[in-house]
Amino acid sequence: MMKHIRYVFVRTLPVLFAFLFLGIAFGLLLQRAGYNFVWALLISTFVYAGSMQFVLVPFLGSGINLFTVILMTLSINCRHIFYGLSFIRKFKGMGKLYPYMIFSLTDETYSLLCSTKIPEELDENKVTFGIALFNHIYWIAGSVTGSLLGQFITFDTTGIEFAMTALFVVIFIEQWMSVRTHLPAIAGLLCGTAALLIFGAGSFILPALIASIVIILASKNIVQAKEGALK
Amino acid sequence: MNFAYDAGIVITVAVCTFLTRLFPFALFGRTQQPHPLVLYIGKILPSAVIAVLIIYCLKTVQFTSLPGYAPQFLGIAIVAALHVWKRNYLLSIGVGTVCYMFMVQMVF
Repeated sequence: MMKHIRYVFVRTLPVLFAFLFLGIAFGLLLQRAGYNFVWALLISTFVYAGSMQFVLVPFLGSGINLFTVILMTLSINCRHIFYGLSFIRKFKGMGKLYPYMIFSLTDETYSLLCSTKIPEELDENKVTFGIALFNHIYWIAGSVTGSLLGQFITFDTTGIEFAMTALFVVIFIEQWMSVRTHLPAIAGLLCGTAALLIFGAGSFILPALIASIVIILASKNIVQAKEGALK
Repeated sequence: MNFAYDAGIVITVAVCTFLTRLFPFALFGRTQQPHPLVLYIGKILPSAVIAVLIIYCLKTVQFTSLPGYAPQFLGIAIVAALHVWKRNYLLSIGVGTVCYMFMVQMVF
């Protein structure tokens, strides 16, 4: 058991740093919005989706309609479809852990599971489950720490909300560099800007998402010609 | 603040997030692949959505005065430059956020 824990801990160290850092930023934001560590604990335990949790913060207390929430969550997280495809067989063989493995398949857990060659002497299922569980715990620990920091240590946190902008800029650059066609990214920027100008800050996100989806569907042939066949 | 509505939002996000993760497991077996259109949306849509989210973060920008837009755009420039240079998530986000906080608290 100990050697499994040690192996999983070493493998997940990079995620530990990333999740503590981002989790703390999330907890601080949530605290600033007026929601204490209980919210941080519950959201990070049961939602457990980095970018989406940042998007969720300004939703709270805003009276946003649930349809917008649903469309945003589905479009931000639709990338998960790909993650699951690679692990259908493996997770199905994990018995009682199967539902948890599906639930906890975040970007980071996915990339660790893809890149980890589990040593012969270790139990594959234990290591797979361990990686998923440890990452989840890091994320919860970071979020709760952040909200407690915000609650008990008084320093000026004005501007901490920029962590969300910075996170999206970083993801945007990573995606930009990983694909050949930038049409979807540019479409998103244009649709977002146009919708903001037309509908105003309060209600532009839904039309912006719908317009992006329409453009992406309409330009399927162009995008696929440039991107090549989907794997 | 409306507790029940906030709880409803959190539950909605939790359920929808789980559904996107459950989707491939629930619908496809070892050999059967999803419809190509589903794969296409899953692969291409996130780049557009992230772009929309950046605009979403900038929705309160005001071009009428310097403090209304300079910190945001300088902050983004710092994050982007650092990230293109080092490709280190924590460095780009951490330094960018601290610079932004410094700008809104001390400079502008």
